Amino acid sequence: MAKPSLTTPEERVAFFQQLFSDTIPHNKALGLKVIAVARGLACMQLDWREELVGNPITGVIAGGPLTAMLDACCGMAVATMLKEPMPFATLDLRIDYAKPAAPRQPVIAEAECYRVTQSVAFTRAFAHQGDPKDPVAAAAGTFMLGTKGKVMQAQSLGRAIKS
Amino acid sequence: MTANLLKRLAEVRKSRDVARLADAIPYARWMRIAPENGTGELLTRMRYHSDLIGNTMLPAIHGGTLGAMLEMAAIFHLLWETETETVPKIVNITVDYLRSARPLDVIASAKVTKQGRRMVNVFAEAWQDDRSKPVATANAHFLVTSSDDAPPSL
Repeated sequence: MAKPSLTTPEERVAFFQQLFSDTIPHNKALGLKVIAVARGLACMQLDWREELVGNPITGVIAGGPLTAMLDACCGMAVATMLKEPMPFATLDLRIDYAKPAAPRQPVIAEAECYRVTQSVAFTRAFAHQGDPKDPVAAAAGTFMLGTKGKVMQAQSLGRAIKS
Repeated sequence: MTANLLKRLAEVRKSRDVARLADAIPYARWMRIAPENGTGELLTRMRYHSDLIGNTMLPAIHGGTLGAMLEMAAIFHLLWETETETVPKIVNITVDYLRSARPLDVIASAKVTKQGRRMVNVFAEAWQDDRSKPVATANAHFLVTSSDDAPPSL
């Protein structure tokens, strides 16, 4: 892939969309859309789909897609903080379900990576449907850095972000 | 609406075919997550398919899908093993990731750690080909009294 110039926010979002959603099969299957990215911050959108419903009577989305989106969003926030590309993996993830998501409306996740040490990165995130002060779910995730395996493109984002 | 789910649950219990619990949940069908009790123990299986992958380099299953299936395993356990009169409503879940999950089926068991009047604490554990090497574990809280709100996960 050509080295991106990433001069405009649109170019940057398109680049992250390609790396973080399109090249990660489960993120792509969920249809996760990257909507904003900055150093230590990531924002994604999950559109409502019948396949993601947990309660067919109410049409409310299941907890699982929210868990997967919050994990992905926290992971992307970590990737923006790494100066050198390295593989990393989720160590633990806590989700608090504040209220059911309104059916047939997208859910937005906003994640922050607020601390990176040599071995561990700390993140928190909220999922909401338009008002960040009225969240559907909250998350706290920690990530182990320098895990085994080759680095994925999606794990080498730090240099694409200006601080 | 909750009454409909409980009516369906009563029918499934009568049929003894636990796999039918997942039939009514679109997300469970899409993820190929279903309970089974062939061995006499209630287990939940997530059948491997390529859409579950989160890391293409290892390759490994996406951590979010492990959290999702552990949550489903806890819900199926509560619906099947306890005499619940309401649909359990998830409050929170904490997932610990112990090993990377390879491109294979994932199986989970669940047990009630503490049954309160309003709140239940459930522990769930997921493994692949070796039960003594879990890939992830989870603790979750469920409200079991309120019947007004539909829970996010069922």
